[in-house]
Amino acid sequence: MTEPLSFEKSRPNAYAPRLPDAGVDAAEVVDILPPELLRSRAPGLPRLSEPEVMRHYSKLASMNYSISEQFYPLGSCTMKYNPVVNEAAASLPGFTDLHPYQGEETVQGALELMWRLEQALCAVVGVDRVTLQPAAGAHGEWTALRMIQAFHRSRGEARTEVLVPDSAHGTNPASAALSGFQVVEVASGPDGRISLADLEAKLSSRVAALMLTNPNTLGLFEREILDIAELVHNTGAKLYYDGANLNAFMGVCRPGDMGFDAVHMNLHKTFTTPHGGGGPGAGPVGVKADLVPFLPTPTVERTNGHLKLDFKRPQSIGRVRSFYGNFGMLVRAYTYIVAMGGDGLTQASMDAVLSANYLRKRVEGLLDLPHEGPCMHEFVASARNLAPNGIKALDVAKGLLERDFYAPTIYFPLVVPEAIMVEPTETESKPTLDAFADAIAEIVKEAKEDPEKLYHEPHSLPVGRLDEVATARRINAYLLGQSEDPILRWKPARE
Amino acid sequence: MPYLVHSPEDRAEMLAAIGIDSMEGLLVDIPQSLRIPRLELPNGLSEFETMAQITSLAERNRVFPDRLTFRGGGVYRRFIPAAVAAVTSKPEFYTAYTPYQPEASQGTLQAIYEFQTLIAELTALDVANASLYDGATAVAEAAMMAFVHTGRKEVLVSGYVHPEYVDVLRAFSEGRGIKVRKGSEPTAKTAAVIFQQPDFLGLLVDAPDLTKRAHDVGAIAIACVDPISLALLAPPGQYGADIAVGEGQQLGLSPSYGGPHVGFIACHKDLVRRLPGRLIGASHDAQGRRGFVLTLTAREQHIRREKATSNICTNHSLCALAASVYMTYMGAEGMRHVADVSFKRAHALAAKLAALPGWELAFPERQFLNEFPIRVPKPAVVNRKLARKGILGGLDMHRWFRELNGVFTFTCTEVNDPRAIDELVEAVSS
Amino acid sequence: MAGRLYTKSHEWLLVEGKSVTVGITDFAQAQLGDVVFLELPHPGRKLDAGESFGVVESVKAASDLYAPVSGRVTAVNEQLAAKPELINSDPYGDGWILKVELTGNLPTDLMDEAAYKKSTETQA
Repeated sequence: MTEPLSFEKSRPNAYAPRLPDAGVDAAEVVDILPPELLRSRAPGLPRLSEPEVMRHYSKLASMNYSISEQFYPLGSCTMKYNPVVNEAAASLPGFTDLHPYQGEETVQGALELMWRLEQALCAVVGVDRVTLQPAAGAHGEWTALRMIQAFHRSRGEARTEVLVPDSAHGTNPASAALSGFQVVEVASGPDGRISLADLEAKLSSRVAALMLTNPNTLGLFEREILDIAELVHNTGAKLYYDGANLNAFMGVCRPGDMGFDAVHMNLHKTFTTPHGGGGPGAGPVGVKADLVPFLPTPTVERTNGHLKLDFKRPQSIGRVRSFYGNFGMLVRAYTYIVAMGGDGLTQASMDAVLSANYLRKRVEGLLDLPHEGPCMHEFVASARNLAPNGIKALDVAKGLLERDFYAPTIYFPLVVPEAIMVEPTETESKPTLDAFADAIAEIVKEAKEDPEKLYHEPHSLPVGRLDEVATARRINAYLLGQSEDPILRWKPARE
Repeated sequence: MPYLVHSPEDRAEMLAAIGIDSMEGLLVDIPQSLRIPRLELPNGLSEFETMAQITSLAERNRVFPDRLTFRGGGVYRRFIPAAVAAVTSKPEFYTAYTPYQPEASQGTLQAIYEFQTLIAELTALDVANASLYDGATAVAEAAMMAFVHTGRKEVLVSGYVHPEYVDVLRAFSEGRGIKVRKGSEPTAKTAAVIFQQPDFLGLLVDAPDLTKRAHDVGAIAIACVDPISLALLAPPGQYGADIAVGEGQQLGLSPSYGGPHVGFIACHKDLVRRLPGRLIGASHDAQGRRGFVLTLTAREQHIRREKATSNICTNHSLCALAASVYMTYMGAEGMRHVADVSFKRAHALAAKLAALPGWELAFPERQFLNEFPIRVPKPAVVNRKLARKGILGGLDMHRWFRELNGVFTFTCTEVNDPRAIDELVEAVSS
Repeated sequence: MAGRLYTKSHEWLLVEGKSVTVGITDFAQAQLGDVVFLELPHPGRKLDAGESFGVVESVKAASDLYAPVSGRVTAVNEQLAAKPELINSDPYGDGWILKVELTGNLPTDLMDEAAYKKSTETQA
C-alpha cells in the first residue's frame, strides 16, 4: 500500500481555507511595491481540502513504525517509552504561547523551569553548570569542544589536536574538525576498551581534549577511567563525555566524579523526549568550574527566588543558536525527571542494565558475541557467524522488520565486523525481550536453511528493500545535467 | 515507579537466567570509589502531583493573547490550523525514530520529501534539505557551504540581518578561522554575501542588486527569507540567489519561548553536494513500488567523519512535518492571503501610529511588508503602558543597535484583527 | 617497468616512463560497494605523494584517494562522472582515475602484486 504525494492528489479547484479579510483601509500590495520585488509566478503548492489533507497524513502515519507500537532495540539510541503526560505538559499555553522576547518579569515560570532542569542535570551527572542551548546531540558536542578550545586559548595555549577512540561515533571527529581541530585516533585494546598505552603515546601539549563515552560504544564500562582522567589532566588537556550511554548508570555513578570536564547529554535519549522522526531533540552540556566562564550566552541565573537571563558573559563562546534552547523539549525532559525522581532514575538504569544482560544471554549461541560480559545497558553482537550462509547484519535487520520489530543499530561500532548493537532500555517487558530473542532464533534458522528467503525480507511492509544505489546514480545524472528529474523533490511532468 | 515494567519476579528470573546473584554482579566493572549512595534529587511523584508542579510553573508566565501581540523579531504569532497539531500529535509520527530503515519509515520519509518539495517551490530553487535546527544555524550552515565551495575565508553580512543569527554565524565561523565582516562591498576574498529579506527591521532590501554584487566577485549570494513573505515577494530563485535559508516557525509552530522551531535551506543544483544535514530522495523496490529513502548520506558526519561539511546529525523532523501540514493545508492561495492581510493591517497600523504626536516612521523612504521600525516618544514607558492593557508592544531596537535609539519595530499578522489595532493605538495615545 | 604497483591505501599505479596511471584496487572497490560519485581534481593540479586528492563515494562509505606519487595531474578519466560504476566493473582498465606526470623518484614503499595480495589477505 502506497500513498500518492500531496502534489499528485492536488486538484486545481479544491476548496481553499476560508480566512478573514484585512478589514482595514490600506492600499494593495501591487500598488505599493515595485514589480521587481514581487513574485512573478505562484509557488506550485498542492491544493487540497481539509478532509483530503487529514486523510493523506493519516495514511502516511500508518506507514511508520514507532516506539508507540514497536520495540526499538537500537544501540546507543535509548529508545525508551515517551510518557504522554510530557506532551500534555509541553502543550500548556503557559509555555507554548510565550514569545522569546517577552520581558523576563513575564516569564519567571519558564526561567524557573530551565533553572530547575539545569540543577537536576547537574545532580545526575556531577557537574557545576549546564547549558541548555544546544538543539541536538551533535550541536552540544560541538559546543563543548568550542568551550574547551576557548579555555585553552584563554591560557595562551593553541592546542590543535583532539583524541577520539577508533570506536567512536562519527559525530565526534566531525564536531572536532568543525572547531578547527585535527583528529587523532586512539586504539581500543582487544577487549574493546581504550588502550592506555596508545593514549599515553598520543597525549602531548598539542592535545586539547580526549572525547570518550562511558560505557564505551561496545557497552563496556571503561574500568580504568580514573587512570585515563589522570593521564589526560596531567598534560593539561580536558576530558569530554559523550552522553549517548548515560542510561547505563544514573544513580550509581556520575561522569563528573570520573574526571570528565565537559559532560554532554541527549534529552531525546536518556530523558525520553520523543524522536519525532529525526528531531527536534536537545543536547545540553554540563561543565566543571574551569569551563563555566565559556558557557554560551545567555545563562539563567537565580537570586533570592528571582530569575534572570545573564547576557554579560565576556568570555562566553557566544551563541550556538537563536534564543535559549529547544524550550518545548526542556519542558518534556523536566516533567520526566520530576515524575521519576532520583529513585526512579536509579531504578531505570538498573533495569536497563539488567534487561541488556538478559537479552545478551538469550542471544548467546545465536549470534557471535565478540566481547566478554557482563555488559552495561547495551551489547554488541556480530552476524559474522552467518557469513558462511551469505547472510549479513543488514539481512538480520531486515528480518526483524518483517517480524514487527524495529532493527537494532547495525555496522556500528566500526571496530566489530557485521556489528549488531542492541539496547533494550528499561521500558520493555520481559515478554517483549523474549519475543525478540525468539525472532532472532527464527532468523538465524532461516539464514541456515533458506537464506534466499531472508534476502527478500521485509516483504509485508509498504515497500521492500529500496535501490539506494540507483537513487544516488539518478541524482548524479540530474546534477550533471543529464536528467530533468531531481529525485530530491517532486516535479510536475512537463506539458 | 512510573514507566518501569519489571516486577520483582521478572528481575529475579532475569538474574537467574544470566546466572548472577544480584545486580552488583553486573556492576562489577564500576570502581567502588565512584559509587554514589543516591542521586541528590527528590523522589519521584505521581502523575497528578507532577502535573500540578508543572502547571504552577506554566501559570507563573504571562501569556499575551495572539491578537494583542505586536512583537516580532523573528518569532511571530500566526493562525495555526488545528490540522497541524492533529497530525504532529499522532504517535506514529512523533515517537518515530530517524528513518534509517526506510521500509519501516515511509510515513516520515514521504512527509519530509513533500517538505523538501514545498520549500524548493516556495524559494524557487532546485533542492531543499530535510530541515535544520533554526534560522540562525541555517544562515551559519549556508556560510559554511560557501566557504567549502569557494575556499574563501570571509563572509559579508549586508544590512540588518537578525543579530542572533549573526552571533551564531560568528560562533560557527570562529572555529574554522572564517572572518565575518559587515558591509555591502564584497571583494575577491569574499565567499558569500548574506542578506535578509525582509530585514530584521521589517524593511525590504534590494535583493537583486546584492545578488549581483556577490556574483560580480564570484561570491555566493545567501538570502535569509521569511517563508510567509515568499507567497508575495520575489523568491531567491527569481533573482538568482544561490542559497536560501530562513526560519520556518511561522509555518505552523508556536512561539514556545524560542524553540523548537525549524530552519530551512535550499540551493541551486551546483551546490547540492555541499548541503549539510539530511536529504530524502525517491527510490523503488524490486517490485517497482516507489519509496523514499535518506540519500547522499556519504556527505554526512557518520560517514565522512572529520571531512564532513557539517556535524549536523539530525533534522527537526517533527517541526518540518508541522510546516508541511501548514503549507499543504493553506496552499499558495491561503499563504498569499495571509501575507496580504498582514501587509494591509501593518500598513494601516503604521499610518495610525505615525499620525500620533512624537511618533515617526524610522525609514519612511523604505518599503516594508508586515513589520516596520518606528520612532516612539518615551521609549522607556511605552511597553509598560501597553502591557497594562494586555498588549505585547513593539521590540526595542536599541537593545542591539546603538544608532537606533528610541526605535521600536511593530508587527501585524492575520491574527491582529482591526479592533486590536485600534486598541493598541488608543493605549499609546492615552 | 612492467606490471602494476600498489600502495597501502589500496591505490594501484602503472608506470610508463614519466607518466603514471592511477586507480583503486579490486579489493578497495569491493569494500566500498557500488560507487556512486567521485570528487576529482582538475588537470594541471600539483600533487604531493601521500596527499589526499579526492574522494570516492558509495552509498554507505566515502574513502579519500591518496596520491601515490608526487607530480602534476595530466588527465582525469572523464567517463567516471557519468559512469562511476566503472570503478566496480573494471577497476584496472576503464575504471582508471588519473594520469600523473611524475616529478622526482617513485616512493620506495610501493608493493608489487604479490606483496599487495598478501597484505590484503591479512586484512580480510
